[in-house]
Amino acid sequence: MNKKAFIEKTAKIIFLICAVVAIFAVCAITLYMFIKGAPALAQVGVFDLLFSSEWKPTAQTPAFGIGYIILSSVVGTSVSVLLGVPVGLLTAVFLSEMAGKKIGDVYRSAVELLAAIPSVIYGLIGMMILNPWMYKIEKIIFANDSEHSFTGGANMLSAIIVLVIMILPTVISVSASSLKAVPDSLRSASLALGATKEQTIFKVVIPAAKSGILTGAVLGIGRALGEAMAINMVAGGSVNIPLPFNSVRTLTTQLVSEMGYAQGLHRQVLFTVGLVLYIFIMIVNFALLKARKKGVAE
Amino acid sequence: MNNKTGKFNELSCFILLYLKFTKVLHSVGYGFYIKYIGCKCTRKAPINKENLNNRKEDFSMNMKKKIVGMLVAGSLMALAVTGCGSKNEDGANAKLSGSIALAGSTSMEKLCEAMSESFMEANPGVTVTVEYTGSGAGLESLAAGSVDIGNSSRALKDEEKANGLEQNVVAIDGIAVITDKDNAVVDVTSDQLAKIYSGEIKNWSELGGADEAIVVIGREAGSGTRDAFEELLDIADKCAYVQELDSTGAVLAKVASTPGAIGYVSLDVVDSTVIGMKIDGIEPTEEQILAGKYVLQRPFVMATKGQISDQSDLVKAWFDYIQSEDGKEVIKKVGLIIPQ
Repeated sequence: MNKKAFIEKTAKIIFLICAVVAIFAVCAITLYMFIKGAPALAQVGVFDLLFSSEWKPTAQTPAFGIGYIILSSVVGTSVSVLLGVPVGLLTAVFLSEMAGKKIGDVYRSAVELLAAIPSVIYGLIGMMILNPWMYKIEKIIFANDSEHSFTGGANMLSAIIVLVIMILPTVISVSASSLKAVPDSLRSASLALGATKEQTIFKVVIPAAKSGILTGAVLGIGRALGEAMAINMVAGGSVNIPLPFNSVRTLTTQLVSEMGYAQGLHRQVLFTVGLVLYIFIMIVNFALLKARKKGVAE
Repeated sequence: MNNKTGKFNELSCFILLYLKFTKVLHSVGYGFYIKYIGCKCTRKAPINKENLNNRKEDFSMNMKKKIVGMLVAGSLMALAVTGCGSKNEDGANAKLSGSIALAGSTSMEKLCEAMSESFMEANPGVTVTVEYTGSGAGLESLAAGSVDIGNSSRALKDEEKANGLEQNVVAIDGIAVITDKDNAVVDVTSDQLAKIYSGEIKNWSELGGADEAIVVIGREAGSGTRDAFEELLDIADKCAYVQELDSTGAVLAKVASTPGAIGYVSLDVVDSTVIGMKIDGIEPTEEQILAGKYVLQRPFVMATKGQISDQSDLVKAWFDYIQSEDGKEVIKKVGLIIPQ
């Protein structure tokens, strides 16, 4: 073998090793989650674990039902996305279609800042400002309800509001750039046919940027589903059915708050909770892939 | 000293490794770097035979320097890692050296950190490592022989004692029940407290206070404080918390900021932002705990396998230190009570 070929080959191997690191990490994490998370499924029983609502991990006869926890994650994520995406989309429309350059720039940097704020800050503000407000509202609504356990404002609704604000920057920036990518010729054609600006935006520009907006929404779902810190601080953290004024626990906060002390089967079940979360995230990523492919196909 | 020569051996080993590594580099040829990493510099000027050699030399020098730097940093890191794990069993008589391993209760973290810090200051040759795995797990590791001392924030169970574990109470922790500053109810019976936490009493007016809902705040499942609280009140797993928070600080902050809230924390963290409630008319104070009148108290145990007198010199020294004036000061400083 001559020297040049040897060098080429060495280089190729080195690049390959670098590429393998990332793949290896993904495979290792997937494998680890399944190996760690699956045993408890068998031990507790798939149905009892995933669909039962009773969570008493340290009781004499422990119960490991994470039904309400899964439900809280699903409800919290979907409601916050349903609220956040329209607001984010309209903001993106304003940014890319209506705002002048100066206002647009100010807005864009504000949105970027919003995205950069650490989640613990969101949690802190939620805890100090949002929760007391919520408690006032809760007191008014449940004034004559002797059955209601007052949560002090740390509830599902607080979590959703925090999540909506947290997913906004993702939705806005992804949608705005996909709206920007719509060719001007489409706008000009629409306007030339006599359509108003609003008609052009809603009938032409948004449909043309559909796949990008969808991508933004899916990314938002991913962020809302995976958020732990802020939710942990505002949602109260007891396992309940996810009604607006109930204190709830999601998949992420379940892991954060109990991993520290859990032992034995309790710990294994927490790994299963992690596995469930991981599977949800895989589904979201799969949807993301589909959304992007759709964009390419069109 | 022994330790140092060990480190030097490791260092020389790294130097040898480095030399071998550079040799391999030499054999592979610097051409590789020029080709892939140095592509920018080859573009600057046309290459001809005269300056190609210079370039190679320049480049190899630079790379060499970088590699040396990286390797030195790497070996230092490796040394730091191996240095931490290295044990020195054969200590001299005059000065103690070696390491003591503790594992167990998370509630005892503050105590253990402070105690081990001041113990290591007094005995520079000794390393104390503490893992916070939870009382049960700590005692398990002690029984399995993987640690010297098992920390437990509850009294040992009979089956644990049957395993040959010895209960050495080093401190007593009081649990205070706290409520927000505006609450008019500052005295509850332990029965009322149990009812509040199990959700039977929902409004402070039922206890003679203002018409304010009770916001029941507690710790997450698995927390030592929660275990102790529920066990002491005999309401294990019957609690209806509306908020389960995962740290003492969080409970304190929530109770302070939520009207009508009630929560429980270690006695020593109670501050002026909240009210420490009387239970059965007894103030949560050190005197009352030592007198055994205040119900919400638990022992901090540093369990050993067999009597202290059967332990190694190091472990004996550790317990001697805890009982010394310095040790007592540490216990007081972290807000605990010295057992009598």
